[in-house]
Amino acid sequence: MKARQKRMVFVGLAVVGVGIAASLALSALRSNIAYFFSPTQVMASEHPEDAIFRVGGLVVEDTLQRQPDGLRVRFDVTDNAATVPVSYTGILPDLFGEGQGVVAKGRIGEDGMFYAEEVLAKHDESYMPPEVADSLQTAHVDGVVEATVDSLRTEGAAQ
Amino acid sequence: MIPELGHVALILALIIAVVQAAFPLAGSLSGNRPWMTMARPLAYGQFTFLTIAFACLVQAFLTSDFSVLYVAQNSNTLLPDIYKVSAVWGGHEGSLLLWVLFMAAWGAAVAALSNNLPQVVISRVISVQGMIAVGFLLFMLLTSNPFERLFPIPPEGRDLNPLLQDFGLAIHPPMLYMGYVGFSVAFAFAIAALIGGRLDAAWARWSRPWTTVAWVFLTIGIALGSWWAYYELGWGGWWFWDPVENASLMPWLVGTALIHSLAVTEKRGAFKSWTLLLAIFAFSLSLLGTFLVRSGVLTSVHAFATDPERGLFILIFLCFVVGGSLALYAWRAPEVSEGGRFDLVSRETALLGNNLLFVAFTVLVLFGTLAPLIYEAFDWGKISVGFPWFNKMFIALAPFLAILLGIGPAARWKQDDPGRMTKMLWIAFALSILVLAIAALPLFSGGHLWVPIGIALAAWLLFSHVTILRERLKNKPGLKGLVADLRGNGRSFYGMLAAHMGVAIFIVGVTMVSNFQDEEDVRMSPGDSHEIAGYRFEFLGAEPAAGPNYRADRGHFLVYSGEKEIAELFPEKRSYLGGGMPMTEAAIDAGLFRDIYVSLGESVGGGDWALRLYYKPYVRWIWLGAIFMALGGLLAVSDPRYRTARGRSTAPVGGAAARA
Repeated sequence: MKARQKRMVFVGLAVVGVGIAASLALSALRSNIAYFFSPTQVMASEHPEDAIFRVGGLVVEDTLQRQPDGLRVRFDVTDNAATVPVSYTGILPDLFGEGQGVVAKGRIGEDGMFYAEEVLAKHDESYMPPEVADSLQTAHVDGVVEATVDSLRTEGAAQ
Repeated sequence: MIPELGHVALILALIIAVVQAAFPLAGSLSGNRPWMTMARPLAYGQFTFLTIAFACLVQAFLTSDFSVLYVAQNSNTLLPDIYKVSAVWGGHEGSLLLWVLFMAAWGAAVAALSNNLPQVVISRVISVQGMIAVGFLLFMLLTSNPFERLFPIPPEGRDLNPLLQDFGLAIHPPMLYMGYVGFSVAFAFAIAALIGGRLDAAWARWSRPWTTVAWVFLTIGIALGSWWAYYELGWGGWWFWDPVENASLMPWLVGTALIHSLAVTEKRGAFKSWTLLLAIFAFSLSLLGTFLVRSGVLTSVHAFATDPERGLFILIFLCFVVGGSLALYAWRAPEVSEGGRFDLVSRETALLGNNLLFVAFTVLVLFGTLAPLIYEAFDWGKISVGFPWFNKMFIALAPFLAILLGIGPAARWKQDDPGRMTKMLWIAFALSILVLAIAALPLFSGGHLWVPIGIALAAWLLFSHVTILRERLKNKPGLKGLVADLRGNGRSFYGMLAAHMGVAIFIVGVTMVSNFQDEEDVRMSPGDSHEIAGYRFEFLGAEPAAGPNYRADRGHFLVYSGEKEIAELFPEKRSYLGGGMPMTEAAIDAGLFRDIYVSLGESVGGGDWALRLYYKPYVRWIWLGAIFMALGGLLAVSDPRYRTARGRSTAPVGGAAARA
């Protein structure tokens, strides 16, 4: 083979290789992504029935309940327009708290309960996951709720 | 008064940076010698003023001057002094100041240690660094001034995020930043070469040690971050494929490709344009990393409070740097002659393979990291990419890289004989197959498919590199030959050897911990016992305890292997007095072959606790591998060949890394 032919073979192999790799990576991606839905969307049944997805919002005050002899907890998540009950088994992140922003990953059970496999921790008290901040802004809210969100924001800004 | 002094120092540094960006470069183009010779003093001046600014901020922290907004946000009178200092880079503004300070330090180091470089080259390099400094200093002064005052003055600060009150995290950002901005030197050399249109072996030899040192810092920084996440976050994981982690990994991947490509450019004069492109991308990805961390566009467990305006500024700056340098590349790169033809079977081909694999992996990580943004931009919904995807991509590429890694260093430059290579490596190959067969026995693998593969790949690296070492020492037998070689011009070779062994160690660690780790969330009452992986954990209860600036519940555990007590562990759940933030402090019994790890979850009533128990075999090997890689890099930099080429060595910079 001449150098030119060798080079063509090399380039051809590289192109085929990249093509195969890219398609494999994309198909693998499709089964590994989790979409985000706000409680309003979940209540409107826009979420997938059989796939893992994420739901986020604020943890409603006084809804955190703990199973008396195990590690299961349940709490409600709200975007101030709708509320989704969440169940989780395991240890909650340090900064989990009522009234705080939270993102949970899991799926909806037939009983309408969201069974979370993972509850997202954050590193900073004033940090709000962007999806949660967005869903709070877009939710259909009345004046009272808007005021709550505003106060949350100014609190964040002040901190 | 002192904060204002710092502010003024910052403004002066900006003015110097503007002069530095303009005059030496203009001088180098017009042949104006006095303008060119301004480069070095300007680089020192830049460093001096930023040091003053940084010292002013440190002083504000040490004296708890809460009239400075940034200090009030990130410090507290109860904070121990060491964390008051590390709190300087605990937030956005201070990290930026540290970033530009380091960049000025690199610039000053280049100016001081480059006596043998032509004045034209050094002027351009320092000018390019000045341009980057202008961008960052403007960014600081316009959007994130660390010296902004606060009125009325609060009596107490908000406290440093407790997660950051830790030795590992005190030194993790400086190491990482040293690596990030270190690539700015490689970038500046690349741009200088493009401006001059001259790129030869000498150029590669100048920029190689700088790039390697930056890579060493980045390696240490990433390893420290991984180690910190492991013991501090209390989840027992060492890598989460989080956007912020990916942001530091991408420059590392491209940087690794770059140091290998630079080797080809230096030794053979080939891959020139490619090397330039890698240098541009290594630094651009460092900037992208900053953008991702600081803009808050991605959901990340690492994300700290962020500000979209800042993100926008960095994005525009990023576009300038990437767009500008790529335009320059498109214009000038065709003039950079390609030299050094090579055969299909040659070390060049192996290194090309290395480069392609590293770049492919970088592209995948970049894609996975940005996929949420892409989906949102096209209105396809808000997604997150699960870490199993990244793991799959890593596992798909890493074996090829490891196989190639055993062959590459054995091949000769330019042209090699496949027969000779087969003859040389077949024993190593046969031994690795033997290891594969043994490790595949259920007794060792426990039925995990990847265990024999990972162990065999590590064995292949070990055996092939031993073969390569023997081949090198054929004419210099015995230990004496080895020592003589190490004293002479062989240090790069031994650096390579150490770094590649680091890869083997890393592979063993990842394989073992991924396949054999055990973890359980349990609820335990005082007096309960629970067994995982053959270790029995006895919970004796939790007692209140107090630290300098926190209150804690301290758990008490005894760990038994069989009937023998092997460890006593005291994990804590802390509540910091300043901000009231809770934090988990895991207790770890560390060992070379396994870690035993307990973290307190939360008190669930009646003296019961929710607990996490972990068994982590070989987890230390992951960081040990990184240490080997970093030491290999330092050894390579100490090669006398760079000193003869440049007059003086980079030892002071390297020494700093070794001490850290």
